[in-house]
Amino acid sequence: MFDPIFIKVLIGTLLLAASSSVVGVFSFLKGESLVGDAIAHALLPGVVLAFIIGDGRNPVFLILGALVAGLTAHYGISFLEQRTKLKGDTAISLVLSTFFGFGIMLLSAVQRTGQGQQAGLERFLLGKAAAITLSDLYVFGALALVLLASVALFFKGFQLMTFNEDFAAAIGLPIQLIRFVFTVLTVLAVTVGIQSVGVVLMAALLITPAAAARSWTASLRLMLVLSAVFAATAAVVGTIISASLPKMPTGPWIVLALGGIAFISLLIAPENGWLPRRKRARGNQLKTQRENLLKLLYGAEEREGHTVAMTSETIVGIRRQHLEGLRKTLRSLKKEYLLVERADGFALTEKGRTEGRRVVRLHRLWELYLTERLGMAADHIHPQAETMEHIITPEIEALIVKELGNPEVDPHQSPIPYEED
Amino acid sequence: MTPTLAIALTAVFTAVSCALLGAFLVLRKMTMVGDAISHAVLPGIAVAYWLSQSRASLWMFIGAAAVGVLATIIIELLRKKLKVQSDASIGMTFTTLFALGVILITFWSDSVDLDQECVLYGEIAYVPFNTWSFSGLNMGPIALWSSGLLLLAVLAYTFIGFKGLKMSSFNEDYAAVLGIGVAAWNLSLMAMVSFATVVSFESVGAILVVALLVVPAATAYLLVEKLHLLLIGAGSIALLAALGGYALSRWMDTSIAGTVATLLGVQFLIVLLYHQLIQKRNQHAVA
Repeated sequence: MFDPIFIKVLIGTLLLAASSSVVGVFSFLKGESLVGDAIAHALLPGVVLAFIIGDGRNPVFLILGALVAGLTAHYGISFLEQRTKLKGDTAISLVLSTFFGFGIMLLSAVQRTGQGQQAGLERFLLGKAAAITLSDLYVFGALALVLLASVALFFKGFQLMTFNEDFAAAIGLPIQLIRFVFTVLTVLAVTVGIQSVGVVLMAALLITPAAAARSWTASLRLMLVLSAVFAATAAVVGTIISASLPKMPTGPWIVLALGGIAFISLLIAPENGWLPRRKRARGNQLKTQRENLLKLLYGAEEREGHTVAMTSETIVGIRRQHLEGLRKTLRSLKKEYLLVERADGFALTEKGRTEGRRVVRLHRLWELYLTERLGMAADHIHPQAETMEHIITPEIEALIVKELGNPEVDPHQSPIPYEED
Repeated sequence: MTPTLAIALTAVFTAVSCALLGAFLVLRKMTMVGDAISHAVLPGIAVAYWLSQSRASLWMFIGAAAVGVLATIIIELLRKKLKVQSDASIGMTFTTLFALGVILITFWSDSVDLDQECVLYGEIAYVPFNTWSFSGLNMGPIALWSSGLLLLAVLAYTFIGFKGLKMSSFNEDYAAVLGIGVAAWNLSLMAMVSFATVVSFESVGAILVVALLVVPAATAYLLVEKLHLLLIGAGSIALLAALGGYALSRWMDTSIAGTVATLLGVQFLIVLLYHQLIQKRNQHAVA
């Protein structure tokens, strides 16, 4: 496995993936992810023309051709978006498909003359990481370094361009120049990246690592590092798989690995991941159910004037919820000694009574606040209070009590139960 | 039937079908979803082809349409459940599915006679050679039949769904209030786009399907706004480009699909130029 060819391909894909993913972070945050896709497709005519003029194998010509085509496409998209009534997505797909079609037409003309069989052109369509030569490695490695260095150099400018262009212009930054530099870098990154994954899959190198990184952090610096790491990991995985299976292309495996990384990130990342978010939502739901149950028992005690026990069947009758969910709530309350289970059902402990009283108090305080301060009608306030009683923190509670001047009763003349200390 | 006529008719049927569907995509700002679907159907085609061992089977259409609709659903799930911004969710979905398709085709390369380049840019010039016969009678090129059926299906769909598509394209909320199933129209449109992609991919290739979907509708959109005019305009522009592109490609000896797309681009540029001139004159008139 560790023969020189493998090492060469590995270093190549690593450099390519990491550098384009770094540029991708900025375009992802600008909401222009698909512009990169369009640029990748639009390079084709430029590359074919450069191929015809530059006698095929000269990489400098290829890069120049790509640059011209990429910049033209980029400005074409901006023009259509700003000066016509076409929307952004139409502008992007229009430029993408017509440039690519033009490229195919040129390509077919070249192939009829019999030069098309040479490597170099096919590589741009589907990517041939395995065909990376040592001189390619120097050229594209150098480009990748230029790219990373420029991002480091222009970091502040790119940051402002991404998040607040107006502000950047207001403090006198040459925003046009910065944008131009960024566009050139994008085109370079795409030109370089296409070598390993090809035109169609280039968008994945720009978008997917950035989307994965975004789910872990909101910090731009960290995102840049993470997306480079993700892209590099995928490059290694893709290269190893394609080296161990016969005839397997590298690019698609890199993209599939990236997709896997992104999917896992979007599921488990602590802040924004789907599972943690669902867990938090579930936690809130359980908290609400627990508080409602304590409130129910406290209210019954308030009416009866003594401790009340309720069976789970009674509670289901009143609250009309699933027995299964209720049992879970009851168990969690019992475990924390907020309820005790007696022969005749569940009853509040002293701790549970305090908690139930708190919820009832918040409910009534909020009802009072809505009528007194916000002028809502007394028959509209109950549903609002049902929500807020679970949200109001002790600090806000103290402020409301102070604001209302230690009120005794709520709008329905029920007493507001304070702690007796 | 002469080969020339078969190719020309296939090109026209495909182009007009795509242009009609494209009008709705442009109005809904969903052209990139169309682009995504045209790439994403690849794994569906691969699996269906591997299962059925034939290139023009019903399975292939079903497989591709299923994956096309699946891609739409994945994009929506990424956006709504996993909170990925919409452009990124489109890009992630179609690249991953396309990569999967390429890998599957490579895995089955011994048994599946299907290469990614064919999917990418197709070759309509081969249309006349792929014929089928029905009870001993030569029925002519398969692609001609499938693209003809596609055109009929698209016409029927546009005709039947005109009101529902119109309402849900212009104002989703209002349409929902009127009791029009916005989600159903969305999914059915995506299924139609998937069908169109599968039918077209062999003759014009995945990326040029996008040109046919987007460019005629965008060109017409610069000139007219009424939906029925937009449909007629997009259809005529596509028709013109298909016939002109084919003639041009024979004359220049270039790829038919590439030439059609280039001609579409040129037509768009001409209309854009005209549009800008009119706009400038109007501005002067007002000033």
